[in-house]
Amino acid sequence: MRIQEIYTVHSVYREDMKIRGYIFGRGEKSACIVGALRGNEIQQMYICSQLIQALRELESNGCISAGKQIQVIPVVNGYGINVGRHFFGVDNGDLNRAFPGNAYGEQSRRIAYALLEDVGAYIYGIQFASFYMEGEFVPHVRMMETGYQNASLANLFGLPYVVVHKPAPIDTSTLNYNWQDEMTAAFSLYTNKNREIDEQSARQAVAAVLRFLKRMGIIRYESHSGYISHVLYEQDLSDVHAGEAGIFRGLVKAGDDVRYGRPMAEILDPQEGMVRETILAPTDGIVFFAHTSALVLQGDTVYRLVHRLHE
Amino acid sequence: MIENITLLELPVGEHLAIRRNRICYKKESKALGRIAIVSGTHGDELEGQYICYEVARRIGERPECLTGIVDIYPALNPLGIDLANRTLPITGVDMNRMFPGSKDGNAMERIAAAVVDDLIGADLCIDVHASDIFVQEIPQVRLSEEFADRMLPFAKLMNVDMIWMNATATVHEATLAHSLNTMGIPAMVVELGQGNSINMIYGNQVVDGIFNVMHEMGLWTGDVAPTQMPAISSDGKVEFIRSEAEGIFLSRIQHNHFVSMGELIGEVVDPITGEVKSRITADKIGLLFTLRNYPLVYEGDLLARILTDITHNSSAIRE
Ligand SMILES: [Zn+2]
Repeated sequence: MRIQEIYTVHSVYREDMKIRGYIFGRGEKSACIVGALRGNEIQQMYICSQLIQALRELESNGCISAGKQIQVIPVVNGYGINVGRHFFGVDNGDLNRAFPGNAYGEQSRRIAYALLEDVGAYIYGIQFASFYMEGEFVPHVRMMETGYQNASLANLFGLPYVVVHKPAPIDTSTLNYNWQDEMTAAFSLYTNKNREIDEQSARQAVAAVLRFLKRMGIIRYESHSGYISHVLYEQDLSDVHAGEAGIFRGLVKAGDDVRYGRPMAEILDPQEGMVRETILAPTDGIVFFAHTSALVLQGDTVYRLVHRLHE
Repeated sequence: MIENITLLELPVGEHLAIRRNRICYKKESKALGRIAIVSGTHGDELEGQYICYEVARRIGERPECLTGIVDIYPALNPLGIDLANRTLPITGVDMNRMFPGSKDGNAMERIAAAVVDDLIGADLCIDVHASDIFVQEIPQVRLSEEFADRMLPFAKLMNVDMIWMNATATVHEATLAHSLNTMGIPAMVVELGQGNSINMIYGNQVVDGIFNVMHEMGLWTGDVAPTQMPAISSDGKVEFIRSEAEGIFLSRIQHNHFVSMGELIGEVVDPITGEVKSRITADKIGLLFTLRNYPLVYEGDLLARILTDITHNSSAIRE
């Protein structure tokens, strides 16, 4: 394993923030894995750290294929993580909205630029990402429909779902979008936590990346074949909204099967405790995303469902 | 008449309400002209609070002069304003990156959709922004080049110092002004002053411009203050000055000032050693229209912007 410093931020009163890449193997820049772009992406950082452990062992056993190079960047926004803040710097900029960046702008732009210059040279790009709404997902690979996306490659992670998402204007400044623009095949992996660590889904994520690297001939590794992924288009998910605000009591969680008309959640009056609304499943399906915060606003998306595929 | 254009329940005994004051002394009909003054999308930008107040106050003084509809929306992000917080609370999303919103989306997308829905039918929408909390700006209209042909005649009436035509970046697509323009509702962004404060001189200048526009649109028959023609600039004429070091920035120049070659703009200093780490001087002449007020800087932070290609005499500001 070699370590490179991709970019350094200097601050008046803090020690330098160094963005480090951990490199395995030598040769063709085959796969690059990126972790915490935001300060709350602790699970994402953790998964990268576990991946580094696994790749170290594979490297010492001679299992990185000859002529292939893998890089893992566990943390981009170290300053944010250390102070419990999502975004970066005094102007509180979202690093995952700063791409493609530039070499002369403010720090968030420079970080994005330096990162993309480095990771854009890889053939495959994998980002452990987070969603702006707090909640749990069924582990999945997300790809943007940029015209370059390749859903059949995404199946090789062996996660239950591959979601293809049409980019909105706001998505054009993300790493994933700009990575694809650099002709890297870019994938975002979502697991079910951000701020907290979930061991089970972290292991699943590490296994998915290793499975992908193996199937691409980048490492030699014994692995289970994983799931045969369902490819979904984001617009095909059914959103379930809260009709009222209050305390959210979820009755089902990500991955659960739900039946049409059965209760999925209750919204309680936050002071008197009575049930103000019972949210019923609008369709037979599988819970793809579940709201997990204790509170809910009127109109919030509390669940996203995958329609059951009837045989 | 004050109405809630959207009402969204919050967990504990409160609603997020976006309010609109419709000022109209005629019998309301679609035939009446209608202008919308919108502000407070970014909760840390308060210059629009004075502008909304002053527009309403001046109309109240001469109600007989109003021949159409004026809709005032002072706070599109009322919770953000209450918290002095730029973004929407909880999710931290920039509201001006989620238009036109979606009627079936999550709570905040629905709010954005309700705002757009309410603005349909306006003959002009003026979206008032302050600068952020870091730099101060002279009154200016910002237009994307895509809609410049249609919007320039309105913008020239606004009594601002400058019209800045930005090349369209895709990220602008989700702004309120861009969404409205795309739907055929003329909209422009006015930017002035600084975050978390009110500059009443600039505010009055823009309010004079708003009445001038209303007069030209046939909505206002009252007197209009004399207005000035703005400098019109494209991206190529704007010189960005960025910090070359991290430290504390001390500005050594006045904002809204014509700088000469080599003039000292400011210094980035190190408080612990007493050293000057970087001296920033002008390497172009022109109008210093942006100046940093917020002292802490990283390398690359914006310190100043100079509008070049302009002569030193405000009356000679030209197109
Ligand atoms: Zn603003």
